[in-house]
Amino acid sequence: MDDTTAGQALANTLYRQIGKGLVRTDAPGKAVGKTKFAGDHSLPGMLHAVVLRSPVASARLVKLEVEKARALPGVACVLTSRELPDRLAPTDIPGQTGQVRMNTDQQILVRERIRYFGEPLALIAAETVDLARQAADLIKFELEPLLGVYDPEEAMRPGAPVVQGEDNIVATHKIKKGDMAEGFAAADKIVENTFRTQFIEHAFLEPEVGLAWVDENDVINIRVSTQVIEHFRFIADTVGVPHNKVRILGSLVGGGFGGKEDITVEIYLALLTMHTGRPVRLEFSREDSFVGHGKRHPFVMTYRTGVTNDGLITALEVRLTADAGAYVFLSPYVLLYATVAAPGPYRIDNLSVDAKAVATNNMYTSAFRGFGSAQACIAYEQQMDEIALSLGIDRIELRRRNYLKTGEPISTGYPISSAIWTEKCVEQAWAALGEPTPSTATTRIGRGIAAYQQCYGRLTFLHDTSEAWVGVEVDGTVVVRSGVTDIGAGQASTLAQISAEVLGVNLSNVVVYNSDSATTPLAGTTTATRATYMTGNAVKLAAEAVRDRLVGRAALHFGVVPSEIVLGDNQISVADHPDRFMPFVDVVRMCAAEGIHRSELAIFRAPFTDRLDPETGQGQAHPDYTFGAHAVEVEVDIETGEVTILKSIAAHDVGQAINPVAVEGQIEGGAAQGQGYALCEEMIYREGKLTTPSFAEYLIPTAMDVPNVQCIILESRSGLGPFGAKGIGEPALTPVAPAIANAVSDAIGVRIYDLPITPERIVAALKAREGGC
Amino acid sequence: MTFERKLSIRINGQTVQAAVPAHRTLLEMLRDLGHVDVKRGCEKGDCGACAVLIDGEAIDSCLVLAWTVEGKDVVTVAGLGDAEAPHPLQKAFIANGAVQCGYCIPGMIIAAQSMLNETPNPNEDNIRLALSGNLCRCTGYKKIFEAVETAAAMIRGEAIR
Repeated sequence: MDDTTAGQALANTLYRQIGKGLVRTDAPGKAVGKTKFAGDHSLPGMLHAVVLRSPVASARLVKLEVEKARALPGVACVLTSRELPDRLAPTDIPGQTGQVRMNTDQQILVRERIRYFGEPLALIAAETVDLARQAADLIKFELEPLLGVYDPEEAMRPGAPVVQGEDNIVATHKIKKGDMAEGFAAADKIVENTFRTQFIEHAFLEPEVGLAWVDENDVINIRVSTQVIEHFRFIADTVGVPHNKVRILGSLVGGGFGGKEDITVEIYLALLTMHTGRPVRLEFSREDSFVGHGKRHPFVMTYRTGVTNDGLITALEVRLTADAGAYVFLSPYVLLYATVAAPGPYRIDNLSVDAKAVATNNMYTSAFRGFGSAQACIAYEQQMDEIALSLGIDRIELRRRNYLKTGEPISTGYPISSAIWTEKCVEQAWAALGEPTPSTATTRIGRGIAAYQQCYGRLTFLHDTSEAWVGVEVDGTVVVRSGVTDIGAGQASTLAQISAEVLGVNLSNVVVYNSDSATTPLAGTTTATRATYMTGNAVKLAAEAVRDRLVGRAALHFGVVPSEIVLGDNQISVADHPDRFMPFVDVVRMCAAEGIHRSELAIFRAPFTDRLDPETGQGQAHPDYTFGAHAVEVEVDIETGEVTILKSIAAHDVGQAINPVAVEGQIEGGAAQGQGYALCEEMIYREGKLTTPSFAEYLIPTAMDVPNVQCIILESRSGLGPFGAKGIGEPALTPVAPAIANAVSDAIGVRIYDLPITPERIVAALKAREGGC
Repeated sequence: MTFERKLSIRINGQTVQAAVPAHRTLLEMLRDLGHVDVKRGCEKGDCGACAVLIDGEAIDSCLVLAWTVEGKDVVTVAGLGDAEAPHPLQKAFIANGAVQCGYCIPGMIIAAQSMLNETPNPNEDNIRLALSGNLCRCTGYKKIFEAVETAAAMIRGEAIR
């Protein structure tokens, strides 16, 4: 019996709801077109807004003439920086704690200096979108070009144009561990390579959209597609109202992936509805969306590894440079994740990491699934293959000799408590590739593997918490209230499943109210693979408190001790006495009649720590980590450079799958995103100007491109999430791109160090090799 | 100055009269009329989120001027079935875990129905080709392919595994 089926069998005996691939509660509404997304609402008298953006990346705004636009009949409001309060918009990490604010503020609309292509110059609200666009066309502006800088390495040189701070370096992180000189002295060989990754677009299908109005209590309400309803604080600070005068109503989100983690349309909407006194709707066009939100950081990653002839890594020196773009946003945190993840799931006692995030006049970069850890994986797993090649050791064997094992300290010196099943995952994924596909005269077959370590839960120095309320109605139905947003992974349905398990009711008896900053307990962000871990635990705590009271009352009724009471299938019974039972609803009614509290508000706290040591990078960084591997077999057409993924196997230790079908969904989706990352996706900027502003230029994998991914779900039940779950949202993506890169290299015998590995680059690499022979 | 014309269009089985400007796309018109189950994804025909059936064939409604569908039969995903009586495609998408964020799903189901009108017994290649104009960023498509296969079998009256 393999681990998957063993886990499933165990779950079947332990749980009624957990571990089952139940139909998600949000699926029916979405499939029949009944679900309303944020953009599907309207209000009487609603205005429509557009954003006027800068056509260049680096300039001084000399003149901005809006009178003609204001005079156009049907235009209600044109806002420029002149009309805005003398405030800045914070771009720091979102959420409920905020004790570590950095100086990351951004101008709301351009005051004088334009730092990136598409930076907003003015906001227009009019009776129709057409009128708002016409008004935007009537706005005249004069720009004085300023010398820009578009490469992070150039931006660090003395004399480079300064975009942020004194020297463009917006964040620095380090790890210093062991003795590097000793480590390299013990090496038989030193392998050094530099890997580069590109700007990546989230490409969620639902563009940014929101609808705002001011209600009878002067509260600014914003119904918006966001991963983070708790931006209400930053929004209130920015527009100059108290925190309790901004309410964010999240809808089911049409995809996020980190791209709806920062504020998008909210501040514009708040300002326009305040200025006009009317409801205002703002929906980004696809081009607005491509131009208007932060991208995945391009990284330059230099790895210098000392290794013995036996394949033991004795030292690793890493230099990471990330392009932060024009504003800080979450760059310091993304960089920190990359720093912590730099060695990967390997034990490296002599480790030096130096990481910098550097401002340029490119589009700003921020959160994206994988959050720096994904970039690091692209480097450390290609480096492992290069080491294996240079030593003549099998790649799996090289990894085997260096794995971090359960109980050993990770890069920050902190030993995590959960299982580290990297080896199991690698072995199973690799074995599942089966017999190799034969090559033809014009094709080459290659295989690749990548293992990874990806955190779940937020940085522990952020002191993350999550709240949830669970209550039982007098008819036996269950209500869960929690502010967590549902961005498409089934976050709300997962909470329903957890509460159903604890209370012994069926999933259909549970309704989840979520994503409202005014009426649902604040649960934090749906980011950082934290929703199931944090809010799942909060729901579990709340449901357990309610259950304990119901059980207490039932025990009294049956004249037994509470430990003899069993819940399940909407019934409450005495263990081992099938004749002694009553419907769940009956005990609920008893409690109601006697005033026994049928609800609970619970808070779950992640581990709280100090920051890492600034000189050594040692300490605890995250609550816990997920481990796993991805294996692929590819076919490369050596004439056209086209890559086809023939086999794709994902093996992840998810701790405990709450809903295995939802877990597979994350893994299969992550595989497709990783494929795009490796092979075809790139946001291309020329002098900061985006040249790929649509799905016709920016190519994401289609139904014709993806393989049928095979998922191997391992369950160590050792995670910090509910029922031993670990996170899978981000981990699903992290190893995919390096596995593909390694497979292509294996197929053609040449390493392409820069992503994406396009057909052009493959053909060029093959030609260069022929030329060199 | 906008030129409007009064149009008569059949939408989800009901004949609708609406005054529509010449430059209005079918997508805009449908959403203005309350058919917000038709999703706006790119307005350039790249993503397929806004696909509807026009006389049984899937078309990106963002690429069609409303005036050109006068007298035609337009079906959106909500016109195929509802929560009480879902269409087999909707049923299979729900049961198979093919729905994640759900924003692409109306267009996906419409594209699948358009193919099934022509090819009731599709193989995987037929399905992939039929859905190749519909982008999904969440699912990796696998469960969508499986759902379409299941639905096709349901429609053919075959027992489902």
